[in-house]
Amino acid sequence: MEQENNDHLVKALEADVRFDGRKKLQYRDITIESGVYKNAEGSARVTIGGTEVLAGVKMEIREPYPDSPDKGTIMVGAELIPLANPEFELGRPSIQAVELARVVDRGIRESGMIDFKKLCIKKGENVWVVSIDIVPMNDEGNLFDASALAALVAVKDAVFPKLDGDVIDYSEKTKNKLPLDKEPISVTVLKIGKHFIVDPTITEESKIDARLMTSFGEDGTIHAMQKGGESPLSADDLKEMVKIAKTKSKELRKFI
Amino acid sequence: MSYKKRLDGRKFDELRPIEAKAGIIARADGSGYFKIGNTIAYAAVYGPRELYPRFMQNPEKGIIRVNYNMLPFSSKGNRVRPGGSRRSQEISMVTEKALLPVLNLEEFPNSVVDIFIELPQTDAGTRCAGICAASIALADAGITMKDMVSSVSVGRVDDQVVVDLNYDEEAYDAPVADVPLAFLNKSDEISLLQMDGDITEEQLFKAVEMGKKACKQINKAQKEALKNKYK
Repeated sequence: MEQENNDHLVKALEADVRFDGRKKLQYRDITIESGVYKNAEGSARVTIGGTEVLAGVKMEIREPYPDSPDKGTIMVGAELIPLANPEFELGRPSIQAVELARVVDRGIRESGMIDFKKLCIKKGENVWVVSIDIVPMNDEGNLFDASALAALVAVKDAVFPKLDGDVIDYSEKTKNKLPLDKEPISVTVLKIGKHFIVDPTITEESKIDARLMTSFGEDGTIHAMQKGGESPLSADDLKEMVKIAKTKSKELRKFI
Repeated sequence: MSYKKRLDGRKFDELRPIEAKAGIIARADGSGYFKIGNTIAYAAVYGPRELYPRFMQNPEKGIIRVNYNMLPFSSKGNRVRPGGSRRSQEISMVTEKALLPVLNLEEFPNSVVDIFIELPQTDAGTRCAGICAASIALADAGITMKDMVSSVSVGRVDDQVVVDLNYDEEAYDAPVADVPLAFLNKSDEISLLQMDGDITEEQLFKAVEMGKKACKQINKAQKEALKNKYK
């Protein structure tokens, strides 16, 4: 049955058709909302087809790390809560959750999207820590792209809370947005047999041979990558997948 | 001093605006959404499904398991550290007990019904909102229920008995009591009752009566949510 299903999937892909009727390089419908939750300093809800991901930003003050006394920092967390998918479990973050958080973290951190120096309040004493938490509420596939989008939109939405000396007054938000330089967009391309697809459903995710997430800046610079899946990729595969990702990143950019 | 007018202008027996929805999480067997004022609860039900570890299985009856969780960005103050706390454990437990009386556990021996409650935004009354959402989710999952459970917090702010305290009222600078309640709709029995603060017997009983009435209104919204799913 499993094998049969797999054969059907590949056969359909030969004809550029997927089980839900899409073409290989077609995303499901995307919706993006920002400022959805008022206790967060910034928030977003992203849906890609049936997949729904929330992201929220909280800001806190901490002592800076000794090796970067004039820099604030970001923290990205992902919670794969069992509400969103019957296979997610309570307890310690699974390796999937850790990978998801780290991949989104790198996309934001390595792009230089946030100028960490501007998060400094007083050198060596106080800096802002920006926590970005990602929570899928319904997982119907492609959490990677949905999460990266949600994180980006939540960060763009974020404003600093009011500062009273070195105490935060969360009840009052300022009008000061986070200092953002760049807006990286991540696209995950999947390989099934010799076919490449984007925006996988859960069924497709379970059939993939390899996946590649690539994060692009506005000028096309690549800021973060992550290969996944059990099969290796050839240099030609890599070229093709990056090309697809770049094209699709321009499409996704229109949504933000 | 007396509490003449509520901080948000409501009448003393008036609930905050309510929004209830059913079937909002497609992957779950049943789901519910309950918003009251600025407090938002999502609930998803999975099951009945086989219970592991196996030694917990009982051939006579099933169990329910509740997990209540505040999302990291849900609080008015600092980020909520993920992974649960003593508070969330206790709330999970009392939520379980609030829902138990309406379920026929004998119908799913050896099995478990998991109920996950998640709060993306909070402004007091979170356990009550969670119970309301969970009750919708259980019904949406097609679990046999003898009744619906509706829940609201009541209490006292200074000299007034009030329904559905918000965060600012809980923090009001005067004697305050917070009494989360849950009612079984048909029998009017109480399946959740906790209390902290200061309250007289008289105020308590008055508050419970007001809570009962408010729960009728909540119950209506819950039923409406379930019907709307099939419109």
